[in-house]
Amino acid sequence: MDKIHIKVSVNHQMYEKDVDSRCTLGDFLRNDLGLTGTHYGCEHGVCGACTVLLNSKSVRSCLLLAVQANGSEITTIEGLANDDGTLSELQQAFTECHALQCGFCTPGMLTTLTELLSENLSPTEAQVKSAISGNLCRCTGYQPIVDATILAASRLRDKSIPSAAIKQ
Amino acid sequence: MDILDSKLLSKQAYIGSRTLRTEDKALLKGLGQFVDDIKLDNTLFSSVLRSPHAHARIIDINITLASQLPGVHAIYLHKDLPLSAQKRLPLNTPNAAITLVMTQEILASTEVCYVGEPVAFVVAESRYIAEDACSIIEVDYEILDATSDCIEALRETTPLTHTIAKNNLIAKLPLSYGDIDGAFSADAVIVQDIFSQNRGSAHPMETRGYLAEFHKATSQLTVWSAGQAPHLEKKTLIDMLDWDPEKIRVIMNDVGGGFGPKAIFYPEEALVAIAACDLNRPVKWIEDRREHFLSGSQEREQYWDISLALTQEGKIRGIKLKMTHDNGAYLQWGVILPYIGVTTTPGPYVVPAMDVDLKMVFTNKGPTSPVRGAGRPQAVFAMERILDKAAKVLSVDRAKIRQLNFIQPEQMPYNVGFIYRDGKAMIYDSGDYPKCQSLALQKANYDTFSQRQKLAKLSGRHIGIGIANFVEGTGLGPFEGATVRIQQNGRVTILTAAAAQGQGHKTTFMQICADQLDIDLDLIDVIAADTNAISMGIGTFACRITVTTGNSVYLAAQNVRSKVFSLAAFLLQCEVSELEMANGLVFVSTEPTRSKTFADLARVSQGIPGFSFPKGVTNGLEDTQYFLPTQAAYCNGTAVVELEVDIETGQIEILNYVMGHDSGKLINPLIVDGQVQGAVAHGIGNATLEWMRYDEQGQPITTNFGEYLLPASEDVPRVSVVHLETPSPLNPLGVKGAGEGGTIPAAAAIISAIENALDDPNVFLKDTPMTPQRLFEILKNNTTSAHH
Repeated sequence: MDKIHIKVSVNHQMYEKDVDSRCTLGDFLRNDLGLTGTHYGCEHGVCGACTVLLNSKSVRSCLLLAVQANGSEITTIEGLANDDGTLSELQQAFTECHALQCGFCTPGMLTTLTELLSENLSPTEAQVKSAISGNLCRCTGYQPIVDATILAASRLRDKSIPSAAIKQ
Repeated sequence: MDILDSKLLSKQAYIGSRTLRTEDKALLKGLGQFVDDIKLDNTLFSSVLRSPHAHARIIDINITLASQLPGVHAIYLHKDLPLSAQKRLPLNTPNAAITLVMTQEILASTEVCYVGEPVAFVVAESRYIAEDACSIIEVDYEILDATSDCIEALRETTPLTHTIAKNNLIAKLPLSYGDIDGAFSADAVIVQDIFSQNRGSAHPMETRGYLAEFHKATSQLTVWSAGQAPHLEKKTLIDMLDWDPEKIRVIMNDVGGGFGPKAIFYPEEALVAIAACDLNRPVKWIEDRREHFLSGSQEREQYWDISLALTQEGKIRGIKLKMTHDNGAYLQWGVILPYIGVTTTPGPYVVPAMDVDLKMVFTNKGPTSPVRGAGRPQAVFAMERILDKAAKVLSVDRAKIRQLNFIQPEQMPYNVGFIYRDGKAMIYDSGDYPKCQSLALQKANYDTFSQRQKLAKLSGRHIGIGIANFVEGTGLGPFEGATVRIQQNGRVTILTAAAAQGQGHKTTFMQICADQLDIDLDLIDVIAADTNAISMGIGTFACRITVTTGNSVYLAAQNVRSKVFSLAAFLLQCEVSELEMANGLVFVSTEPTRSKTFADLARVSQGIPGFSFPKGVTNGLEDTQYFLPTQAAYCNGTAVVELEVDIETGQIEILNYVMGHDSGKLINPLIVDGQVQGAVAHGIGNATLEWMRYDEQGQPITTNFGEYLLPASEDVPRVSVVHLETPSPLNPLGVKGAGEGGTIPAAAAIISAIENALDDPNVFLKDTPMTPQRLFEILKNNTTSAHH
């Protein structure tokens, strides 16, 4: 099998590896880099559990080859917590709203919603539902995920307001 | 000190509170350990070659080319398996009515009976290579006639599912009680119809998967499984591998959803174990989604011919039921699934007489076993739909006809009339069914619905409302167990084999334990889903873990509490009544500096070499309890659904979903709310989307998430849950199961609401899923019957 040399940044760390040309990005992350937080739920691009951020855009890591990610910056679920290891606002809201049960779809939900919140800090319920309409969850019935996102967005908005503005 | 005394001291801080889950942090950071996340050195990967035919004879299998592929380590056919594994899988739930005990082989020897049946097993350096090898194994099949419809299957001329069988009938189970002839006498109003539900699967987001490791030095075999029932899997492995029961361990770390099908023992688990022992390297198999469509267990395909006899006023007199269950190709849970179905039929209503003719039938389709709801959604669908029909015939309001027939709370415990499958009378332990429906109707503003409907109609909108009630036997025996142990470092460990697939059991057990020992959750560790944690266990299904394991944790923790007090009283030279306990410290109430920590006490209880214990002191600050329920604890609920149908497209939009739900005492309402919301989503899928289709030759034609639709975010509304908490008198915590209640009445209520929205006397809906396309066709044709 042909090996191809690739260089990627994953969660702000650089990796250089020789990969099989047919190796999917998800398998590369999971097996070559040991980042098993990204999950495969269907391997045909529908369930969304394998979603990662590639140059800040959500992509299905089961449908991309590792070589296609060459030269990219990737963020996986392992890269979403705060630098000190505490949960991000979105992660924190997920636990408070019981937005995960088995946790298997959670990596895809968090990456997809991280993308949403980077673009829209005041999403409506309908916008959140639309954003995760390509992410299947069999446990939660989705509503707690929507609630968590709205909660996280409101906290992020509060944070983004300069403290002087809050005093007034 | 007895349990009652110590209970009085317990401060009950956690039980009943919306405690955040301790499972979440690791999962949110991507640090879960699902079976495919476990990376052992030198692991080999595997793939299964499956039958592409629904029914065929295997003439020859040629593996020459495949075995020469670089990176292939082994290829197994049936003849290569150890003799013990050449037998068919054991049937864990035998029943005398079964005429042909036909369970699956690990690998098919001579005949394949459904598309997806395992034929060969390849072990290789990577999953990619194993799949390459599978694609170049040549199998010569003689294709046989297949049967794919369970009603057709009973005709003499229909092909046999198994060539050695006499016919396709697995079992015929007559069940009856009461005076059925009297009930159906000439003065009765009789309403009859035939209802059916489609096949679907549970589709947990994590597919099945196994990893086996053989430790040569100790002859120990360890299997990690994405499963639901560690001890059941262990028992089957012992049989299939003829293995020393003390040298085998099954562990389920994080499991990505279960919902029933993962409670089954599948051939692949034996295969990875056999290969790991042969090759002396860890062997992993991870199912892909297409395989899950083919070989993961399925459910719900049944035909219910139900006749309801009523008085002129609408009081139920009796039910005659003919039910046919499509079992698929192999037996997995015996007769349990259809048996649960038919005995669920009376639900919360007084049904004085019932006569059931139940037939279980083989077909050349994937095997069935319980999927969230386990036969009950079909029973509730048939019962609630026939009640709707009776309401129509008698011109009674749908809520009223139900009210008229409810078992009243003062009738509890209520003997339904059936002899249940455990041989005992089927007795509801508790519940307030009239109140449950009335609270749900209130929350759903049922009284004012007809005004809303009229107003909507004025603006050309079609809205409808539906009601469905259910009663579910939960917390079934025989047992589950737990050990509670105070460690020498002062921490408390709960050990159990009970496995979670997302239900938050660890947090629930910790809450129960924390209250008994007056400690915070952060002092507690849980080891679960490990057969080494406790010597016996059954598994997670049928809403049984909080009842069985939860009560075991409760009783064990209470006993440990007593031991702590006894030992502390001895060491502090005081009476137990003078002591208090808080945060891992036991102290004299009036003199708190006279104290012992849990760590001090645990060390004393571990003993000093050579020193006998004084009288009254026992070894170890631990206790093991197996809670043995005497019978099911019956939960109940009411779904009220208001929705809108777009009659131009057949699209439905759920406007309001109310769930009245009584699962007894709630340990963690946050978790229970999540269970209900998630279970309703599953029910919405059953009612409107999910349809596992086969063609006439038994060839599956929905094998990906494009062809088989799961409910997505925009299909599921917020569910308003109205909790009732009628404690079960049958267990100390008063709990009942809560994992399936949301699913069980969903299809019945949703289909009723759709029909109500159409408001057409000619439309009576009798099956699921009511996809937009099917609804559109019904609207277009608008014939006298909507039955397919």
